[in-house]
Amino acid sequence: MKIDILKHTLVPHHEILSAEEVEKLLKTYKIKKEDLPQILVTDPVVKAIGAKEGDVIKIIRRSPTAGESVAYRLVVRKEII
Amino acid sequence: MITKSKKVIDKIRFGLLSPDAIRKMSATRIITPDTYDEDGFPIEMGLMDPRLGVIEPGLRCKTCGQKVKECPGHFGHIELAMPVIHVGFAKTIYNILKATCRGCGKLLLTDEEVKKLREDYKRVVKMKNNTAAFAKEVVKRASKVTKCPHCGREVLPVELDKPTTYREGGRKLTPAEVREWLEKVSEALGDDLRLLDINPEVARPEWMVLTVLPVPPVTTRPSITLETGERSEDDLTHKLVDIIRINQRLQENRDAGAPQLIVEDLWDLLQYHVTTYFDNQTSGIPPARHRSGRALKTLAQRLKGKEGRFRSNLSGKRVNFSARTVISPDPNISINEVGVPIEIARELTVPIRVTQYNIEEMKELVKRGPEPKLPPGVAYLPGVNYVIRPDGRRIRVTPENAENVAERLEVGSIVERQLQDGDIVLFNRQPSLHRMSMMAHHAKILPYKTFRLNLAVCPPYNADFDGDEMNLHVLQSEEARAEAEILMKVQEHILSPRFGGAIIGAIHDHITGCFLLTYGNKVFSREDAMDILAAAGYRGEVKDKMTGKEIFSKILPPDLNLEYKAKLCTGSEEECKKQDAYVVIKNGQLLQGVIDEASIGAFKGKIIEYIARKKGMKEAREFIDRVTKLGIAAITKIGFTTGIDDEDIPEEAQMQIEEVLENARKKIQDLIRAYKEGELEQIPGRSLEETLEMEIMRVTGKARDQTGEIASRHLGLDNSAVIMARSGARGSMLNLSQMAGAVGQQAVRGERIHRGYHGRTLPHFKKGDLGAEAKGFVSSSYKKGLSPTEYFFHSMGGREGLVDTAVRTSRSGYMQRRLINALENIKLEEDGTVRQTTGEIIQFMYGEDGIDPTKSVRGKAIDADLIIKEVKKE
Repeated sequence: MKIDILKHTLVPHHEILSAEEVEKLLKTYKIKKEDLPQILVTDPVVKAIGAKEGDVIKIIRRSPTAGESVAYRLVVRKEII
Repeated sequence: MITKSKKVIDKIRFGLLSPDAIRKMSATRIITPDTYDEDGFPIEMGLMDPRLGVIEPGLRCKTCGQKVKECPGHFGHIELAMPVIHVGFAKTIYNILKATCRGCGKLLLTDEEVKKLREDYKRVVKMKNNTAAFAKEVVKRASKVTKCPHCGREVLPVELDKPTTYREGGRKLTPAEVREWLEKVSEALGDDLRLLDINPEVARPEWMVLTVLPVPPVTTRPSITLETGERSEDDLTHKLVDIIRINQRLQENRDAGAPQLIVEDLWDLLQYHVTTYFDNQTSGIPPARHRSGRALKTLAQRLKGKEGRFRSNLSGKRVNFSARTVISPDPNISINEVGVPIEIARELTVPIRVTQYNIEEMKELVKRGPEPKLPPGVAYLPGVNYVIRPDGRRIRVTPENAENVAERLEVGSIVERQLQDGDIVLFNRQPSLHRMSMMAHHAKILPYKTFRLNLAVCPPYNADFDGDEMNLHVLQSEEARAEAEILMKVQEHILSPRFGGAIIGAIHDHITGCFLLTYGNKVFSREDAMDILAAAGYRGEVKDKMTGKEIFSKILPPDLNLEYKAKLCTGSEEECKKQDAYVVIKNGQLLQGVIDEASIGAFKGKIIEYIARKKGMKEAREFIDRVTKLGIAAITKIGFTTGIDDEDIPEEAQMQIEEVLENARKKIQDLIRAYKEGELEQIPGRSLEETLEMEIMRVTGKARDQTGEIASRHLGLDNSAVIMARSGARGSMLNLSQMAGAVGQQAVRGERIHRGYHGRTLPHFKKGDLGAEAKGFVSSSYKKGLSPTEYFFHSMGGREGLVDTAVRTSRSGYMQRRLINALENIKLEEDGTVRQTTGEIIQFMYGEDGIDPTKSVRGKAIDADLIIKEVKKE
């Protein structure tokens, strides 16, 4: 039996952004994809939600200061596979 | 007017010097190790060749024809008889050798693999990732290969014998062989060198093996002439002499066809000298030493570390327009001011540009000269030290030429005026741990020789007056002054970003003074009230009889409404109200409660924080200035002293304490007996011994608390020491109970003291004694005095404290340095994101909530309770 890590209390909510959403995100912050923080494709959560290299993931965390905080990460490969 | 053309550095590119480049930039080849001949003239083609630059004033450079200050110096070069490895690149060379084939020079990977790597490399660059880490991975993969996929040559393992010897399959490679190999590599790889993190445009691998050595100009290694007339050469020159000598011998031996063994020995020696010339702290080889035995300071030593070029000459420099002296307190100046001694003010200057509007004024100023005649009753007038004419000439103003210079003053000149009252200056105390360590003050020129500062700014600087010195800098441009005025002035730093509260506020006597004034319902005569209020700068009506609370209310803003627990308060709200420890301020009237640390203290002051937030920094500054003066006036009027008799306690209390201590001793004896008879109940997870120790620690801890409690029961608020402790002015009740009651258990590493002699702490005790006294319990008070054994144990505990602070400061200092270096390029952008200067996002919202801690209420965005209260009342 496999445990669904997405249900674990310590794992924040992850979701894959659609192409339009990514476009909008890059526009609001006036950045290129490379300027986003990164997350490895080999990350367990990335595997669990089925994100691919080049996808942007939205992460919603509980925050002690702000209640809820949103962050975005670009899925990347390791430098050499 | 002179306008210099501005040059902006677009980018800096680092690369290797090729042998040709070294020869090309060289002013001369150096062949003789000698420096000067018998007559003291530099020898041509020697290390002090006149073409390498001028060091003697008056002479002109043989290469560029310029004078001492203008000639930057010129490089020479040494042709090495045999190539040597450059230590700085030993590791890089090792990686290249591991990753390539000695036969064909290609990477030990198949063409397909290389093709894929090229793609990966492009991606790494695009993602702004670490190309060095990429190269490391390439080397890791290539070095696993045992047979070259291109020429089929068997690959032997390459080893690096630190610092500079390479072995292939156990056989030593000479630097010449290494160089040949690297030549092949640059030939075979070309642009693929990038995969190894080498830019082929600026660096070819074989240049990492030296055939020509650049000789730095004499200006970088000046010789010193001693009083005896003897010349003493720079460490670098000494090292270069060694290199040239060995190089010459090697050349002679090789040309004469000496045995291979001798040539190789000399070659190794040359390698040693060149290695230590670059870095004299290379691990694996003994450092080269001076005749006196002192290790030579060679190239790497000049740059590295705290005293190296980077940290002490480039990141930090000595500056002009600065002053340093001892600090002392002055309660009469504002927190925004700093007292500057006249002598210092006469040296420090502010540049003022002469315009058609101020020329007459400036002429008057210059006429005064550097030491103006003072009219009677005037303590100080600024003079002028220098005038800079429009052509850039700097003229020293003297009493003799002052008239003359003033007459010839023209528009466009710059007058360097001495410091005067109101000039904005930066004031700093090291260690500069936070931004409040360097703040802007307005200068106030005062007699005597110390910098004077208001006591309320001691906490942000962490200053006291036991001999502390501070630095002062005079700003030289209008932009700098404007910026300092708006951003750096003391009043702008009353609220700290550290905890979102006031860091500037009343201390010590200010708090005691306000406490004495407002505690209870003291009534002051009209005369006394006027004295106190006048000192605080109050101008207005004074009633015939005033309570302390009424007097304090006079300096509060009229529309202030606040309610909170005072520092004096220990229990619930109800209890506090009974003790006059619950503060109620309505419409600027202190109706109830005592003013203490919680109201006006630095780090804690509620009133200061409230005024700063609601009414602004100017108001807060004025309040702090007022309240500190009021506190001092009050304590002066009421009178205050403390002495050893403040720790006197009645006979009966003494007896009670004695009893408590005796009981504790007995209890410990009981515990020990129980332990010996095996009746002690073990705490789960602890051994029997540990259980005993814990129980005893508990008993001794309780005993100290009890003695403290007995002592403080007999020390009331009529006691000066208690007033200071309870109001938060200085000291704590624990300090007092240790002085009056008992000092208590001494501990080292959280345990009772147990080390020392065999089986006992001191020879005064029996072996195996587990009793209170034998293990560091101090039952005496500081006032009574400690017995010799107690004193010794107390010293042991005290020493641990000292060691801990020493270790802590050095460790936290280093941690802060690393943090600052890691964070210095991070910036908060206008859209609320935190980004690297390169544009990468670190946080999408600063601190996740986007709140500036300086503007927060003790870390929270808003003070909801206070807002509700305010809204309800309206």
